[in-house]
Amino acid sequence: MRTLPLVTHTSLSETVAWRKGMAISVEKFLADAECLATLLPAGRHMLNICRDRYHFTVGLAAAIISNKISLLPPTHTPEMVRQLQAFSADVFCLHDNGDCDIALPRLRYPAAMPEHSLECNAANVTIPQIDAQQLVAVVFTSGSTGAPIPHSKSWGPLVQNVQAQAERLGLMNGGHYSIVGTIPPQHMYGFESTVLLPLQSGHALSSAQPFYPADICSALETVPSPRILVSTPLHLRLLLEAELKLPELALVLSATAPLSTPLAHKVEANCKVPLLEIYGSTETGQIATRRTTQAVEWQLLPDVRLMQHGERIWAEGGHVETPVPLNDIIETVGHEHFLLHGRTQDLVNIAGKRSSLDNLNHHLNSVDGVIDGAFFMPDEVSHDHVTRLSACVVAPGLTASTLLAALRLRIDPVFLPRPLLFVESLPRNSTGKLPRDALQKLIAGQIGQDIGKADLKNIT
Amino acid sequence: MLENNSTLQLEVAELMVNSLNLDTTAAEIDLDAPLYGDGLGLDSIDILEVALVISKRYGLQLKADSEDNHRIFSSLRNLTDYVAIHKTK
Repeated sequence: MRTLPLVTHTSLSETVAWRKGMAISVEKFLADAECLATLLPAGRHMLNICRDRYHFTVGLAAAIISNKISLLPPTHTPEMVRQLQAFSADVFCLHDNGDCDIALPRLRYPAAMPEHSLECNAANVTIPQIDAQQLVAVVFTSGSTGAPIPHSKSWGPLVQNVQAQAERLGLMNGGHYSIVGTIPPQHMYGFESTVLLPLQSGHALSSAQPFYPADICSALETVPSPRILVSTPLHLRLLLEAELKLPELALVLSATAPLSTPLAHKVEANCKVPLLEIYGSTETGQIATRRTTQAVEWQLLPDVRLMQHGERIWAEGGHVETPVPLNDIIETVGHEHFLLHGRTQDLVNIAGKRSSLDNLNHHLNSVDGVIDGAFFMPDEVSHDHVTRLSACVVAPGLTASTLLAALRLRIDPVFLPRPLLFVESLPRNSTGKLPRDALQKLIAGQIGQDIGKADLKNIT
Repeated sequence: MLENNSTLQLEVAELMVNSLNLDTTAAEIDLDAPLYGDGLGLDSIDILEVALVISKRYGLQLKADSEDNHRIFSSLRNLTDYVAIHKTK
């Protein structure tokens, strides 16, 4: 059996996390994980929704050493929670939030544990070795028929992936980096780049989940240099627009959506560091990077290859255990590089939350009182601004607020339609298909009729 | 001291409507309805956009770790009250 350590730090006294200005050693982290592991319910599957990134990471470690599987769904709506229970009847929820109302057996991250865990474990803290084949996480994508699609992640490939990333980013140079993320640890990108990357390349994560630009600055200020900011086009744009003074950085990462070249130049000029974009997906993990100010081409991680099978491009090799079709329109350039030409039409990605029009339409048409309905994704005006969906619906007995409330139980709020237009019928063709341009025309017409709402013409 | 914020309330509402292209007018926004979720229907991306516009217009910085944060965005009235107290321009 091939095993790999839970953390690659070489000494128990090294810092693995920063929380509220305090350094947390590997020894303390392992003691916390051991302590939490004794408190976990019997179920094999855990929904870990801790907001504090350190709590999340301790939860993950406790689950791994107890041979439990962490479930990472794309959203936590009541409908998704029901789907998780259908996937694994024994699922329980780990949270660190006083008003958590997830309808599962719940365990709150213990407030008192940090003071006691070292005492209860002081005698025999060692770095656990984990079977490379152990299934540690199941990450879900939304699928097309309402049921989420599970993607299994075992320890070996996850480790291989983030270590290849660390090599690519130049983080294996003996430095001890502090990693601050603006994306939640439950998102695949956040899971890899703000949790697994520090654990598996000897660096330290920040527990913070900064929200406003001023929070990002504070989170960076409370960790020592050299600092890495792991972020998204949305957060980076807002951060620059806020014109705050940022502490010295060593590297900025961006993912979830392509960053525009002008914004990439601004980030590099303002922060005086390289900005690297990461390309990946829930199915594949991260597979390529590029320095946006210097190249439009993406460079694959070593050993990962792209192959054309039929009309789709598939990723394989390296940490990608079985070949996976990609959801983007890709042009390969030699063996190591590719160009990205946008998403396949059905896929929707709003600020890093992914769904498909099929899936959203399924949920819309499942609402009582909806006779017919369809979502529409407008053409993106700018990658750095969030583009919202519209929807047309035939539902004579429903009001907008009733319908939106019903949708809110089923889909993530970022996908709620703006505007939601009530129409008499949808322009379906003779085979029942709804051509995109017909829907686009209907929406443009509806918005045009809406006197006094001229602003809506500028929907971006 | 907060009894007469109606001008500022309308101004803040207009900033929200314009920055988010909301499908409503400033005057229609219920002063006490939640801005999040079932009320006006904003989500966290909207709050970030509105916070940026407000911080630039009124010269203040919002921080999520202040215990007020949840209350600030609980309604237009509370948001305006916060702006009235903390604005520097």
